[in-house]
Amino acid sequence: MWRDHLTEIIIFTLLFLLVSAMGFVAARWRAPRDMAHLDEWGLGGRSFGGWITWFLVGGDLYTAYTFVAVPALIFGAGAAGFFAVPYTIVIYPMVFLVLCRLWSVSHRHGFVTPADFVRSRFDSPILALLVAITGIVATMPYIALQLVGIEAVLKTMGVTGESALARHLPIIIAFAILAAYTYQSGLRAPALIAFVKDSLIYLVILVAVIWLPYKLGGWGGIFDAADAKFQATPAPNDGILLNGNNQLQYVTLAFGSALALFLYPHSITGVLASRSRDVIKRNMSALPAYSLLLGLIALLGYMAIAAKVTPLPGAKAGSVDTNTIVPRLFDAQFPSWFAGIAYAAIGIGALVPAAIMSIAAANLFTRNIYKEYVKRDATPAQEANVSKIASLVVKVGAVACIVFLDPQFSIDLQLIGAVIILQTLPAVALGLYTRWFHRGALIAGWAAGMAMGMWMLYQVGNPATGKKHFAGSAFPLSEFGFDTKKTIYVGIVAVLVNLAVAALLTLALRAAKVTDGADATTPDDYFADEGDPRVTPGPERGAEPAPEPVA
Amino acid sequence: MAAPEPEAPSTARPRAKDRSPWNWLLFIPIVVPLIPAFFNGDSPRLFGFPRFYWLQLAWIILGVGTTTLVYQMTKKRGDQ
Repeated sequence: MWRDHLTEIIIFTLLFLLVSAMGFVAARWRAPRDMAHLDEWGLGGRSFGGWITWFLVGGDLYTAYTFVAVPALIFGAGAAGFFAVPYTIVIYPMVFLVLCRLWSVSHRHGFVTPADFVRSRFDSPILALLVAITGIVATMPYIALQLVGIEAVLKTMGVTGESALARHLPIIIAFAILAAYTYQSGLRAPALIAFVKDSLIYLVILVAVIWLPYKLGGWGGIFDAADAKFQATPAPNDGILLNGNNQLQYVTLAFGSALALFLYPHSITGVLASRSRDVIKRNMSALPAYSLLLGLIALLGYMAIAAKVTPLPGAKAGSVDTNTIVPRLFDAQFPSWFAGIAYAAIGIGALVPAAIMSIAAANLFTRNIYKEYVKRDATPAQEANVSKIASLVVKVGAVACIVFLDPQFSIDLQLIGAVIILQTLPAVALGLYTRWFHRGALIAGWAAGMAMGMWMLYQVGNPATGKKHFAGSAFPLSEFGFDTKKTIYVGIVAVLVNLAVAALLTLALRAAKVTDGADATTPDDYFADEGDPRVTPGPERGAEPAPEPVA
Repeated sequence: MAAPEPEAPSTARPRAKDRSPWNWLLFIPIVVPLIPAFFNGDSPRLFGFPRFYWLQLAWIILGVGTTTLVYQMTKKRGDQ
């Protein structure tokens, strides 16, 4: 009943209103002379320094859903859920050099999206369109999942109702407010709100990882309680350590997810908004602070086991919603005012990535569909306008996904999203290093990788829930005819097929002397830095960014 | 931070390219955290954490250390 949670609801609402106000004020923060330009609305003027980028990208990559779903996974399966930690460690050295090149070439040519880059590099509007559509399709369910994060909190506070509409009303209101300030302030809104969001999350987690072990009999006791729970279950692949059958899955999932993360349009938006190559490099060293946070949050799943917390029932009779495990833990172990702060941290935590994702998807639509196919001579002001409207449409779509479809559908889609975004790796990431691939071969490779990924995901079932298809990303190698129980991450296999097709077909097309378009970038573009002018001079822009402390 | 120079772009100015032997160090924090043999065990425990957990969290320090070192070593000279 919601009356029992009144303090929590009041604190949650107050903090939510505070950040909403900040979202609207953000339009005037570091204000440009002219907001009617996609560089301003969609990339915050490309002027963010070390600190802002750290909060923005951190708040963008480590989403509310992550903070809710990773401990839920640990709670349910144990060690296998900890893949999020190596995943967010290997990512930064991997993209340390790659993202600098992307930033430089985008800076020189005024690219706003990864598809812009592909279009110029490979002289192929079709390949760019595929990259753009892949990005939009992968991002949409990710936005919907942020709503799942907020819902887990609302549900624990007892804010729920009988009819579908009543149950979803708070989320619809929250997203309407979010849509309004994103429309007005663009990327400046999540950048400003990220400060509040991350400060709250760091505060909550620091208190939780000191106080809860003290209350629950120490870390050793927490791990032992989890171990005892997994020993007692019949499931073969749970436990506080990995076994012989899921190590390959663990490692390929961590590696594949890391490859996918910076191909997501919203990560690239965060990176392109930074001021210089230096800001990016310093952030690659500083962002792992969030990985430590994520590792500690993951362990909340074990604390929930030690504290004997039970999840709330799910949408279907007999099922449980393990996403409620962290909110339930805070509800049971902390005074309600502190639980209220923790809930607000998760709720606000959903707003930052949702805003950036909708901006990224809107930019893709504007630059690579609208400008390419609808209105070739669109002015920067028209581009900004189309993007603002597209961001609204994207958010309405995300809310509709949650209201009208089973949330499980969004979770499945997000699983597919990570596999499909990985198929842009040859064109976007390798394209930053080499123009060797033929544009036709890249298109064929993309199609092969997509088909392979879809087929494999279709084969994955889960006997425990009775789902036959799309029940996970751990593909049993026995399907390939190997005599083993080992599983592997679908995305890795799909992207290998993609690369193989792209490479072989490149050789074939070169031998057949099929024309390959011109490369509009020069080797020097990949090292351009702050202060270098654009190749194609845009309209005069609002001059110097305000000085600010650097990380 | 280098102040933006007014002179002609790209062609004349020497750029900090990303070819440096130091960059090879970046492979260490990519490969090491992905070898389960290192971390997939319970003992020794540290503050009650099984090795699986404390060692993987320790790789964060490895990652931060390596990227910081590479950044410092490949920074443009004469930047002040």
